[in-house]
Amino acid sequence: MSGARSLMVALEKEGANIVFGLPGGANLPIYDELYKSNIRHILVRHEQSASHMADGFGRVSRRPGVCFATSGPGATNIVTGIATAQADSAPMIAVTGQVPTKMIGKDAFQESDIIGITNPIVKYAFQPMTAAEIPEVVKKAFYISSTGRPGPVLIDIPKDVQQNEAEMVFPSEVKIRGYHPWVDPDIREIERAINMLLAAEKPVILAGGGVIISGAFAELQSIAELLMIPVVTTFKGKGSFPENHPLSLGPIGMHGHAEANKIMVEADCVLACGSRFSDRSVGTFEEFERNLKIIHMDVDPAEIGKNQTTHIAVVGDIKASLRIMVKMLIQKATKRPGDNPWLKRVNETREYFRQNLKLHSHPLGAAKVLRKLREVLPPQSIVTTEVGQHQMWASLFFDVIHPGTFFSSTGLGTMGWGFPAAIGAKAAKPEVPVVDIAGEGSFNMTENSLAVSVLDDLPVIVFLLNNFSLGMVAQWQRTFYDRRMIGIDLKNCPDYVKLAESYGAQGIRAQSIDEIGKAVQTALKSNIATVIDIPIDPQEDVLPFVAPGTSLKEMILPS
Amino acid sequence: MWSIISVLVENKPGVLFKVTHLFRSRNYNIDSISVGITENPEFSRMTITTSADEKQLNQIIKQLDKMIDTVEVKLLDEKKSIYRELVLMKIKITKPSDIMEITDLANAFKCNVHDVRKSSIIVEITATPDRISAFEDLVRGYGILEITRTGLCSLERGVGNES
Repeated sequence: MSGARSLMVALEKEGANIVFGLPGGANLPIYDELYKSNIRHILVRHEQSASHMADGFGRVSRRPGVCFATSGPGATNIVTGIATAQADSAPMIAVTGQVPTKMIGKDAFQESDIIGITNPIVKYAFQPMTAAEIPEVVKKAFYISSTGRPGPVLIDIPKDVQQNEAEMVFPSEVKIRGYHPWVDPDIREIERAINMLLAAEKPVILAGGGVIISGAFAELQSIAELLMIPVVTTFKGKGSFPENHPLSLGPIGMHGHAEANKIMVEADCVLACGSRFSDRSVGTFEEFERNLKIIHMDVDPAEIGKNQTTHIAVVGDIKASLRIMVKMLIQKATKRPGDNPWLKRVNETREYFRQNLKLHSHPLGAAKVLRKLREVLPPQSIVTTEVGQHQMWASLFFDVIHPGTFFSSTGLGTMGWGFPAAIGAKAAKPEVPVVDIAGEGSFNMTENSLAVSVLDDLPVIVFLLNNFSLGMVAQWQRTFYDRRMIGIDLKNCPDYVKLAESYGAQGIRAQSIDEIGKAVQTALKSNIATVIDIPIDPQEDVLPFVAPGTSLKEMILPS
Repeated sequence: MWSIISVLVENKPGVLFKVTHLFRSRNYNIDSISVGITENPEFSRMTITTSADEKQLNQIIKQLDKMIDTVEVKLLDEKKSIYRELVLMKIKITKPSDIMEITDLANAFKCNVHDVRKSSIIVEITATPDRISAFEDLVRGYGILEITRTGLCSLERGVGNES
């Protein structure tokens, strides 16, 4: 069997039934076998979108999404998607065509050293030089990508290796001697963690993306409820805990909820689950760890002590670690009363900000717009975001009720991610509505994926907060650069209703809160790709705001 | 602070690149690196010396360990390991008596002398870095024309707990 054929067989054996990609000279043998296989192909209009679709598919289905690209520019076009997946620990398999083995290093047409280019942004990369290697390479790629801390794996296959015939052996399992993703959590450390939490006067739980990746929602909720500990999240961890829960305070960080930041800095002990303490979450590292006892649970041992000094470390899968913790708490019949002074303080703080935090007065202020979306959108719907002001408003004003339904490019902050990722999410879960909360600046970057959403019957709703500008940059220029506004004016171009219609999608302009509600309902009912263009106030800032390089204490509140 | 890290890696193309790239992308510093195949042709051993504080060193080791192509990562205790570096030093000869003097110094340091010429001499020294520095200090007055060094290579003493 040929290398290309063995690739398809191996992909099918791994359960891949869909690939996102774009063919070219160096991967035509692969496409010829794709033609003969049962795997569904989604033809993108730019390879970057293929990688984001695979990423969105992977995050939602929690198994690697697969994208295909040809050599050279095809491969370099997926670099941003690979880096995005790596930064957010998303499982992905990227298969690139490469020039034939004897042409490698000759600066051949459409040759790029994609292995070298992607080295720091992949979990691992393979370049099989013989066809016979392919089945094992694919098996290893899926194993590496989906276990431990997930991440993108690249398989770069020279064209002749795709074409060559070989006796194929498909291994049922693989072992990699330098890779040990499964670490059993140390029970003694978990016991110490429980004691530390019980001894603390002002404990909080900080839930990160690891909770979502490992699907530890029920365990997290049990612990919070047994110990009556308030839960803050990172932005990546948003929606790891129901945001309408009485113990929920929402995300901390640069644009965290005021009450979450306030309580975080008052806490004396934190149980951090699957968080890498990014600068956007904690502000300054030194200030964050002052007077704070840190219990750090993470699947990746290299995260322990990387950014913050840890008092207790539990290395292992978050779900497994939390499950042990729940068991221990139940065995010991350990519960904390809900009427302690700390919880009283937490509730008062939340209530204070709910009453007193000033919201933007414009009739289409972000809070009103996003709360309307929440009101009309079924709770199990999946939401992605682009990157910018709308993303942070989503963090502030769009409550995630059903855990694990909110996804964003949080680590790399990739503009243009949300829409193709939403299409990938729709492919993974066609039965639920999928909405991309977007800004027009980001949407511009991958809006040609409208063709895919329409033609491949993967209808998503683009909820476009249109402020005719690169809003977050504008906000920083207003705040830090004395209003010297440059490079931000998008001049309301294109007309997004016409743009949508030209792709065969539905375009709706919604100019009031009432119209927004109706537009979303129309989109949900019609089940075709829809762009809802919402002209918002270009002057609205995202507040609260913790300026870069400052601590969470120094939160700028709306005045 | 100066540390020696011994890394057993898969002996295949690209692994040295990955290891050095890790240092580059995480802003760590490599003072020296030496690589060679081991008793088992499937593995290579790298000896890396780096100057890093304890926190950074801890991260370097964890990040190296995390790499899929590294099989074993060890921070070596200087007292419990043998470590040597090979240095070739080309020293200037100004007057004929220089040759004798340098050769005597070389003998005292158990060095080999090569390529004795009218205007230069090459000395080969295999020693610990501090002894190499001591030798370098002694011959500096003659004028050192060129130096090339292999970087440290190192092995733990004994077997298992014997070290």
